[in-house]
Order: sequence, then C-alpha cells, then structure tokens
Amino acid sequence: MHPWLPFEWIAATRFLREGRTQSLLIIVGVGVGVAVIVFMSALLSGLQANLVKRTLSSQAHLVLLPPEEIARPQGSGGQALVQRQAQRLRSIDQWQALRGRLEKMPEIATVSPVAAGPAFAVRGDANKSITLIGIEPAQYVRVIELDQKIVGGQLRVNAGDVVIGTELARELGAGVGDKLRVNAGNGATDTLTITGLFDLGNKTANARNVYVGLRAAQSLLDLVGGVSHIDLGLHDMYAAEALAQRLHGETGLVADSWIKTNAQFFTALTSQRISSNVIRFFVGLSVAFGIASVLVVSVVQRAREIGILRAMGASRGQVLRTFLLQGGIVGLLGSLLGSALAALFLSLWRMLAVTPDGQPLFIIEVPGALVLIAAGGATLVGILAALMPARRAAALDPVVAIRG
Amino acid sequence: MADVLDLQGIRKSYPSGAGEIDVLHGIDLRLQRGEFAALIGPSGSGKSTLLNLIGLLDRPSAGRLCIDGDETSTLPEAAITRLRGQRIGFVFQHHLLISAFTALENVMMPLLVDRGRPDAAMRARATELLAGVGLADRAEHPASKLSGGQQQRVAIARALAMRPALVLADEPTGNLDTHTADDIFALLREVNRREGTSFLIVTHDPRLAARCDRIIELVDGRIVSDRPNPAD
Repeated sequence: MHPWLPFEWIAATRFLREGRTQSLLIIVGVGVGVAVIVFMSALLSGLQANLVKRTLSSQAHLVLLPPEEIARPQGSGGQALVQRQAQRLRSIDQWQALRGRLEKMPEIATVSPVAAGPAFAVRGDANKSITLIGIEPAQYVRVIELDQKIVGGQLRVNAGDVVIGTELARELGAGVGDKLRVNAGNGATDTLTITGLFDLGNKTANARNVYVGLRAAQSLLDLVGGVSHIDLGLHDMYAAEALAQRLHGETGLVADSWIKTNAQFFTALTSQRISSNVIRFFVGLSVAFGIASVLVVSVVQRAREIGILRAMGASRGQVLRTFLLQGGIVGLLGSLLGSALAALFLSLWRMLAVTPDGQPLFIIEVPGALVLIAAGGATLVGILAALMPARRAAALDPVVAIRG
Repeated sequence: MADVLDLQGIRKSYPSGAGEIDVLHGIDLRLQRGEFAALIGPSGSGKSTLLNLIGLLDRPSAGRLCIDGDETSTLPEAAITRLRGQRIGFVFQHHLLISAFTALENVMMPLLVDRGRPDAAMRARATELLAGVGLADRAEHPASKLSGGQQQRVAIARALAMRPALVLADEPTGNLDTHTADDIFALLREVNRREGTSFLIVTHDPRLAARCDRIIELVDGRIVSDRPNPAD
C-alpha cells in the first residue's frame, strides 16, 4: 500500500491483480483493438500523405487563371445563336498588383507567376509538341519541388537556358549542354541550351514540360510582361478549395484548387477516411463491451466484498470510483500494449512492403501524438464501459450482498 | 452518558404480494456501554432483521433508533454510512475478509475507507490490534491463506479498528469447531473487558449464550424475555 494512493486506487489495483487471468485477458483484448486502430491509422495516414505528395509533385495547391472570354450577342432581344469563343492565350490583368496582394495573405505561403503555352521542341528532324513553362525558379520550386527532381545538370533558366524532362531528352537524343530549338505556335523561335534534366515521376510530364525563364517564355509566347497563370502554395493544402472560391469572388479570376482538379482522388481519400473512422468506432465499441463484461462478472464475484466494504463505512461513491478506475486502468494498460503491438506490426510491415530494390514503398511511422490519443481514448472508453458495472456495484444492498 | 443503543417501538415490514409481512412488531431495547449481550431465538424470529437495523444496513419501517445518542431515522444515507463506519463494528459468521489484501491490510480497511489514504498511524493501530488477537506473525499473509479461526480473529480485529461503541456479531463462531469457537468467544470477552466495547451477539448456541451477561430472546418479532444471565 503506497501511502500517497487513495483507497479507490489501492482497491482497484488490488482487485485487478487478484483477478489476474481475467485482467490479463481483457488487457490483451483491449491491446489488440488499440493495435488495430493505431496500425490502421498510421498506415492510412502514411498512405494518404504519400498519395497526396505524389499528386502534388507536379501540381500547385491553387492555380489562378484569367477569366474565360465570353462572346455576348449584340442587342438585347435577339435570339441569335452565339458560338462559344475560342480561348486564346492571355495574360492575367494587372498581375503584378495582384501578386503583391496575394503575397500579403496569411494563408498563402508562395506566389509563383508562370507564363506557359504550347510550343514545339525541334532538334534535327525530330519535332515534339511541348508545354513551354516560363518560371521564376526561386518561387516555383517552393510550389513544385523541381529542384529535387533534377537528375542531370542543374536547375538554371537564365536567358538562353532550358530545362527538359528525361523522356523528352530521350526522344530527342539530347543531353545537358546540347542545343534545343523551341518554336512557339505564332512563329517565334529561339535556340536554347539544355542546362538540366528532370524526372517528375510522371512520363507525360517528363515528355511535355519544358522550363525556361519567365522572360524567355513571355517573348516566345507573345505574352510580353504578362503571365498565363499564378501558382499558389498554401500553408494548409486542405484549405485550397475554400480559398479558391474566395479568390474567385474577390478577383473574378478562375481559381482551380488541387482538390477540385483531383475531385475523384479527393473523394477517394475522404471515403477512405470515413470508412476508417467507422472501423475505429466499431473496434472501440467492441473494446468497451469487453471491458464492461469483465467488470460485470467481477462485480458479481465481489458482491460480498463490496457488501462488507459498505458495511464498514465505504460510501457508494468510493465503490463507484473503485470500479470506474478499474475500467480506466484496463483501458490505459491495454492502449500501451496496443501501441507497442502496432509498432511491432509496422516494423514487420516495413520489412515486407518494399519495392524490388529494397526501398520502402512509403514511409509510415507511429507518431507520438497518435499513441497519446490512443491512450487517452482507451482510458476514456474504459471508464465509460465501467460506468454500468460500477453503478451496479455502488447500488448493491449490503444486506443482500453479505448474505450472498 | 447516552446508551450505546436505544430502540423504541421499532417495526419492520416487507411488502409481500398484496399486503405486507411484519417481521418485527415494536421492539424496545437499550444497551449500555460495556454490555455483553446475546440475542437468541429460533430461525425466522427476526434476529437477522433486527441486527441489520441496528447495524444501519437497513432502515426500520417505524420507530426510533439511536446509536450512541444519535437519532438515525432522519439522517441521509451518506451520514448513515459514515455513522456505521465509525460507531459500529461487524463480525460475520462467514469471516468475509477481502481476499485481495493481507491480514494487516484487512484490519486497516475501515480506517482506510474512513480517511481515504493509508498512513503510518493506521498501520500501527492495525498491527497493535492484530497482536491483540494473537496474529502478529500473520500480518503479511494474504487473507485467503489463513485458517477459519485465524480469519475470524482478523475479522474481530477489523471490527475494532475504528474503536466502535458497539460490535455486532452474527453467529461469530458458527463456522468453527468447538475448540476454536471457545477461543474466539474468549477473545470477544477479553476485548469487551479491556476496551469497554459493547457487544450484541446473535447465536443459536445455548452454550455460548450462557456465557453472556444478558440474554435477549426474540420470538416472532417480539422480545419475549430479556434477563441478566443467572449464571453470572
């Protein structure tokens, strides 16, 4: 008996220790439940983070585009059939001023103006259709980590420089240091030197994206001083859609969030999250039922002892707390065991789930916060589960209980 | 000084079918400090019911019940529980120790329940009581590992932990062999003389009743005789 522990703690731990087999079984039961939840949560958040990262590797959180041009019929009463207007490449109006405003907004981390448009890459007889992207590299790499994707040469887009993808380089038979002729649709051409090769992990992007400096792109695409869109990097990427709608309202520009452009992917993520919450709920429920059933049996077994405690002056509150504590302790110990089990599962999983070259498929860890949440949650579930048996124990009539 | 126990017109009835069954029909009983009384009577005479009422485990249907001068009928349940813990000790037929604790801890239990946390004074008091019932060397034994007689000794020590005014014993020797029963009875007597604690002992055993100072006989829910023991 530790002198600093109150009666309820002493009685709760003694009762659990005396019913050793029962206590151990239910703690293992809670542990397995918690392990499933922790393992599943860690796996899913790792998977999601990985998928989101891949999705966003060649995409900004939010893209601002000039508003669509609409052809309006002249006159008012006419029922003239108006053909939809072809969308030519245009600049965002007053983009410099807009940029200043965007950079001051707290939710926006990076503002990267881009001038992009269609062009041809020509080398010898080969002629490939490309997307010419003019960037300010310092800003751009903070939205899309192009500097991390360079596999040859370097990311340098000064005047006369071009950075192309590995796929295009293969198709054109070109390498770092070679010349590349870029021919925009309007007839403007320029001969550039390849300074770097990138691999975005996406074959189409590797074949089509061609990066040059912003000014070079502006002059090639006949967009002098203008930008075709502005890429935004946000602090909270899940706030992208809400911000997109706000920016659309404020500026009149088309604002596309990554959530909208990847609607299917995002729906998949959301439904995955919902289904994992449902699983968590039901595992929690079965853990609660397990704890409750063990404690109900314990109350029946200890009815006489509860009666004698009440006869010697223990209050209903003391009895109630003794059993609530047992539920809480079982939950807490079970959650610690469960977290340890989950960590074990995860290390096994890491050994098994590897790519052929031995690299992990993706990185998953058991974050400390998850362990704390699991411990707190399981303790709470234990106390709630103990509520019914504890109230039953507290309500025992000592006369009946002692008589047996 | 007030009587340890003062019952006036105590009735107890239980609902049964359409009507009620009266178990006790107006019991008047006083017990003075230091008295050592036996409560006898045939099965079904209401002995256990009366003992439960006196022990504040149950409440009378009518009448006044004073413990150590305190009228109990108007007290709320929490106060009743506290009063029971502080003024009354119980010794049951089935020793009813709490098996998850050692002998010493069982003796400490009423003090622990009353004060909330264990302390050195409690331990000292329990050690002294355990020595008083001749079990100093069994202090650290788990309660479940003790023999029947030893368990009853621990239960007696436990009943005395709070220095109660009154100890209620329900067939305290009922489960013991004759020799052990004599020992236990002698121990109760000794505590009564040494500490001045009042005892009310329910027993079927006329031999035991004959060794008490006063014999109260209950038949069909009424006290039919209440006399000082002629043998004394």
